[in-house]
Amino acid sequence: MDAIILQILNGLDKGSAYALIALGLTLIFGTLGVVNFAHGALFMVGAFCAVTLSRLLSLSHQVVDETRTDFLGKPLKVDVPYVMDIFGETTGAAIIDWAVPLAILFSIPVMIALGVIMERGLIKHFYKRPHADQILVTFGLAIVLQEIIKQVYGANPIPTPAPDVFKGSLDFGVLMGFDPNAIIYPYWRLVYFGFAAIIIGAVFAFLQFTTFGMVVRAGMADRETVGLLGINIDKRFTIMFGLAAAVAGLAGVMYAPINSPNYHMGMDFLVLSFVVVVVGGMGSLPGAVLAGFLLGILESFASMNEIKAILPGIDQIIIYLVAIIILLTRPRGLLGRKGVMED
Amino acid sequence: MSKSTLSRRGLLKTGALGTAGLAVPTIFTASSARAFTNAPSGGSVTLGFNVPQTGPYADEGADELRAYELAVEHLNGGGDGGMLNTFSSKALNGVGINGHKVAYVTGDTQTKSDAARASAKSMIEKDGAIMITGGSSSGVAVAVQGLCQEAGVIFMAGLTHSNDTTGKDKKANGFRHFFNAYMSGAALAPVLAKQYGTDRKAYHLTADYTWGWTQEESIMAATEALGWETIEAVKTPLAQTDFSSYIAPVLNSGADVLILNHYGGNMVNSLTNAVQFGLREKVVNGKQFEIVVPLFSRLMARGAGESVKGILGSTNWHWSLQDEGSKAFVQSFGTKYGFPPSQAAHTCYVQTLLYADAVQRAGSFDPCAVVEALEGYEFDGLGNGPTLYRAEDHQCFKDVLVVRGKENPTSEFDLLEVVEITPRAQVEYAPDHPMFSGGALGSCNPGA
Repeated sequence: MDAIILQILNGLDKGSAYALIALGLTLIFGTLGVVNFAHGALFMVGAFCAVTLSRLLSLSHQVVDETRTDFLGKPLKVDVPYVMDIFGETTGAAIIDWAVPLAILFSIPVMIALGVIMERGLIKHFYKRPHADQILVTFGLAIVLQEIIKQVYGANPIPTPAPDVFKGSLDFGVLMGFDPNAIIYPYWRLVYFGFAAIIIGAVFAFLQFTTFGMVVRAGMADRETVGLLGINIDKRFTIMFGLAAAVAGLAGVMYAPINSPNYHMGMDFLVLSFVVVVVGGMGSLPGAVLAGFLLGILESFASMNEIKAILPGIDQIIIYLVAIIILLTRPRGLLGRKGVMED
Repeated sequence: MSKSTLSRRGLLKTGALGTAGLAVPTIFTASSARAFTNAPSGGSVTLGFNVPQTGPYADEGADELRAYELAVEHLNGGGDGGMLNTFSSKALNGVGINGHKVAYVTGDTQTKSDAARASAKSMIEKDGAIMITGGSSSGVAVAVQGLCQEAGVIFMAGLTHSNDTTGKDKKANGFRHFFNAYMSGAALAPVLAKQYGTDRKAYHLTADYTWGWTQEESIMAATEALGWETIEAVKTPLAQTDFSSYIAPVLNSGADVLILNHYGGNMVNSLTNAVQFGLREKVVNGKQFEIVVPLFSRLMARGAGESVKGILGSTNWHWSLQDEGSKAFVQSFGTKYGFPPSQAAHTCYVQTLLYADAVQRAGSFDPCAVVEALEGYEFDGLGNGPTLYRAEDHQCFKDVLVVRGKENPTSEFDLLEVVEITPRAQVEYAPDHPMFSGGALGSCNPGA
């Protein structure tokens, strides 16, 4: 039982990342009709916003420590961050420690700006082109973005830890009446799940309860009619592209302490996220979220030794297997609408 | 009708010359006379450095390339000479190799076997490279070694740790200076016994490819010989990024040690995830839970950040070693690039020097002469103590380092501390050891 609860927690956590990325992908597809293969790269850029802010806050000057030597036997140069000079050692260290949560604020304008530039600068020229062209150009863009990141930050993963207060793990076992240490779950992964729930809720609330959201939903349903009413739907869709980029970026920022960011992390999530979108139903926001969590949980269960003993290698194919089954039984996906991508 | 003019004195002279000629070792006659692939013409000779310049191991590849450039500089008489000053062989004299100035070309393996073979082939066929060296993966090393055997050039492997490279996939034209998975197990086991005791239950997570399998087999054999019990050995997909669903079952498995047979990004993520799940704070079976990473790399350890602190593993070489060879190399590399070299840089630098030295001693670039010069060659002064290039499998035998993640690093390079230098005798094995069985060295191929 404890192993099952653990894998459900794991699945919810993985599903959070899938759902956040798939949500952005679906927003872009639903509004602009573009299949955005650069979306995984936006997730990666978000994670590197956390790395960048962490490095900015750690900008240092060097002080020579005569009592110690470096690898060449010369006096050791010790880095002293400027924030410690400005705010004192304790406050300065705390600011650096909280770099990842602070990067949420840093990443939102950066990601919105990047999204708007991408849409206005490149993707809008491909609206009337076939989906294959859109896929090629956005995939190319993804490669450009990841190569830029690699050029600046190198190919190795860069550790970007969570604040000290979130290090360690919560003993769920004790809370649920199991033995101590039976169900342990890291604090930051719980934070990630909670954060994802808030972002998903905020996106739905924005679309459901604001005038802007209402116009966007109307545009998603019938772009032409909304345009005939004198509403500049293109402008709103551009803003939605920026928002989708921000959602992917925030997912990346918060993911940075879970696995050290590297330039390739976007590609690792991209294919899975597309499967999530297709399983959820192209253009369906609730479908993307539902499929994200569903596939995350199934993937976790498939990694259990008991399951793999019966079906060896199932952990590597489960997501695609489920996708095939769902598409055979429900060709439009779990919550897909009629007419989307069927022309 | 001709008349013979051969006198008795003439016959004696000719006979003496003939006998002397036959007495000269074949290394100086047959080899130098025979045609071979990319025999250098003109004043220079070209070496091919095949390293990952793109892809996940690009940083390791960049460090290998730095080492190669430094080696070329030293071979051509530039810089401070580095390890040429400490190398036990004094054949190299700083004027290139066999009087030929050393030039080089580079290829990008991308850490993909097909791409690595293509770049090696291009360097051999288009650029005239006479020797190929480098790489950061066993899959690549095995693939390129096979290609070099067919093409008739020497392959001096870079970072490759799988037993197979000098086991079932060994080739006469290929040589490995780096240590292997068996040696990691043999070096680690006594330290593990001393630090964690002999009554332990181990859980393995293993990257599902050739290197992972041989490492799991080696470490399992070494730890079970100590008395440890293997609870479970789980293969993880190479492309896996989040290991949480593989770590979770460890919690309730009854294991008190987790062994991560992972390298590169896999190692960074699995170790980070394991530490996040609080494994190191757990007490199981009345013992503190421990994590072991059998193959440590400083470059990769950087990616895992604080998670490496206190974790035991093994490594081929470390810049903090205090022997004269290591100090000379660190001084040269550090002065030129501003930071200490990695173990990948070290093995690549040493391989270049060893190849050059073998050519110089053989007096020929003929691959078969080089093979003959390297086989059974004993040397010292290159950073790992007295070392043997064993003739039977072309594997180097030398001391192996057991290291631990440092608790209080002084810089981003100061991540590992040497716990023990395991003597060579302890990591040696018979050429027909079951873990290395299958395949045959074959005979050298000079190509052309």
